[in-house]
Amino acid sequence: MSEKSKATTQTAPPTESSPGHRESSAKEKAWEKNTIQPILEKNPERLAEFTTISGLPIRRLYTKADLPNWDPDRELGFPGQPPYTRGIHSTMHRGRLWTMRQFAGFGTAEDTNQRFRYLTSQGQTGLSTAFDLPTLMGYDSDHALAEGEVGKCGVAISSLADMEVLFDQIPLANVTTSMTINSPAAVIWAMYLAVAEKQGADWKKISGTLQNDILKEYIAQKEYIYPPAPSMRLVIDTFEFGVKNTPKFNPISISGYHIREAGSTAIQELAFTLRDGLEYVEWGMRRGLDIDEFVPQLSFFFNAHNDFFEEIAKYRAARRIWHKAMVERYKSKNPRSWALRFHSQTAGCSLTAQQPFNNVVRTAIQALAAVLGGTQSLHTNSLDEAWALPTEFAATIALRTQQIIAHETGVTNTVDPLGGSYFVETLTNEIERGASDYIEKIDAMGGMVAAIERGYPQREIAEASYRYQMAVDRKEKIIVGVNDFVSEEKPLEILQIDETVAHRQSERLRKLRADRSKSEADRRLNALRTAAKGNENLMPFIYDAVKSYATLGEICDAMRDVFGTYEEVAIT
Amino acid sequence: MPEKKIRVLIAKPGLDGHDRGAKIIARALRDAGMEVIYTGLRQTPEMIASAAVQEDVDVIGLSILSGAHNTICPQLMKLLHDKGMHDVTVLVGGIIPEADIPALKQSGIAGIFLPGTSTQDIIEFIHKRVAHS
Repeated sequence: MSEKSKATTQTAPPTESSPGHRESSAKEKAWEKNTIQPILEKNPERLAEFTTISGLPIRRLYTKADLPNWDPDRELGFPGQPPYTRGIHSTMHRGRLWTMRQFAGFGTAEDTNQRFRYLTSQGQTGLSTAFDLPTLMGYDSDHALAEGEVGKCGVAISSLADMEVLFDQIPLANVTTSMTINSPAAVIWAMYLAVAEKQGADWKKISGTLQNDILKEYIAQKEYIYPPAPSMRLVIDTFEFGVKNTPKFNPISISGYHIREAGSTAIQELAFTLRDGLEYVEWGMRRGLDIDEFVPQLSFFFNAHNDFFEEIAKYRAARRIWHKAMVERYKSKNPRSWALRFHSQTAGCSLTAQQPFNNVVRTAIQALAAVLGGTQSLHTNSLDEAWALPTEFAATIALRTQQIIAHETGVTNTVDPLGGSYFVETLTNEIERGASDYIEKIDAMGGMVAAIERGYPQREIAEASYRYQMAVDRKEKIIVGVNDFVSEEKPLEILQIDETVAHRQSERLRKLRADRSKSEADRRLNALRTAAKGNENLMPFIYDAVKSYATLGEICDAMRDVFGTYEEVAIT
Repeated sequence: MPEKKIRVLIAKPGLDGHDRGAKIIARALRDAGMEVIYTGLRQTPEMIASAAVQEDVDVIGLSILSGAHNTICPQLMKLLHDKGMHDVTVLVGGIIPEADIPALKQSGIAGIFLPGTSTQDIIEFIHKRVAHS
């Protein structure tokens, strides 16, 4: 089939039975017949099919005909009101800007403490901690498997002593802190709470977010330690502990970010993340927690990718699906449980190593989508992140990008400026429908843990990721500077991680082990081990162990002894 | 006589779990007619070298995004040397700063592929390299 004939078939009316049946008005039909058809015969469109970056087909024009039976009162409501399509707050960014929360962490606790204080001095409004791989996997910096990885992808934290340095002179009573940690989240959180206590900050008032989303680790990022059931128990332990002790802290950030980075489509990102959310709700309820007590503290985290309108529609659909699930599926009575709050981060996987300054532009557009989609907080990536962790220079431009959007563009002057757009509303409906279909499929498999165990979301993502790579290799999808518009360039100056970090960390651990009371640490580790064999909430035991300066590795090992470790069946 | 298939071990060393790249390469090489063994996550240099011997591979492809390449690559090259695997072609893909490339090549890494490389370029590289060895 020629390009031209393919292009013209797009305007053929769908049949009565097709799911996307669309009845256009007489005027629209006349426009297609008298204006479009003759033009297409002379000048076919650039592509046979226009699709989003996720492969969703996009029409030439959206009109009223795309929204049959669409009732704005039902589909949109008003900001701060169900179904929250237009945003969870009534005045949105007019009332308060999103939190500018730049993820940072490298080297030792001293190095990262310095970066935190620099970013805060530049107008950043919240902290976000990146941990190195040994910490993420529950190993101390001096473990054999940590070799070559200490302080590389984030900050090395092996004990409460490191955590005390990390937050030195940062008042935890006044700052909200996000911590990107999953399998050992309960341990790192216990360290944070111990520092807060030492600073005299009231646990009832401190606020921040623990990532603590183990399900997406099995699905996408693969930083798991224990098998799913004990991992879920630990997550629910943090929910239960939080309800009683830290009512303002978000014990989890249910994350689509990493699912998208692993190569999923926008619909998959949304569907798997929300289904993960439902899984946590159900496990929490099974523990006996009151849904309307713990769900208000669950938060979400989405990717902000390249396809501008698809992303905006994704955030709007996310709020609508969550509201519906809370009200209809779980009969929640508390509006705070219905409103989906989310953090967003621009897409790391969209950054190019080639012509890296172009990444500033990509990031700005992605960030704009997150803002127009009603984000509560945002991280913008730095231009050099396809090469290394960001330099201070690059990290500053990333923060400035958010400040320009907030203070110069005018997009914050009104709530949900794209609401009512035929295109955006249609796309919101389609993404909602696509994600709901996936959620039903996973329900039919017996829930997300069951779906993960049979490799279902992993396989769907691998398929989508391969499909996209092939489209890039065939130049069906263009990446500027990579498969088109290529040019020679000078190498970039990047951040070098001091190679003495591992050595300094090992020294510090040696000293810590010599100075603490070993018998006390052992006693508390044994108490944790015993509790892990039963059904008690493990948070108080972990907190006790942390306070005796038992190390992250020792605490995770105590639980490894009881829970065992998880190995996935690799899907390629 | 049918041509012997090129045998490739795709490995993900270190603690990092970001396996998008490794999985795409494994599938692209398989689609290009090669015999591909994927080790799965968190392989030590010892595990990779043993698997390479056991599977008698022509090519080892390492995916490293974590910055641990300067530690992992020389260790693996030494182990391969000790095991007498002098002919195996070792490739690295991932996030590798340009300043680190000369030393990696010096240690015997045959090809280094940075973000943005097409799967076709890697397939062609392997075909040329294995045909000439």
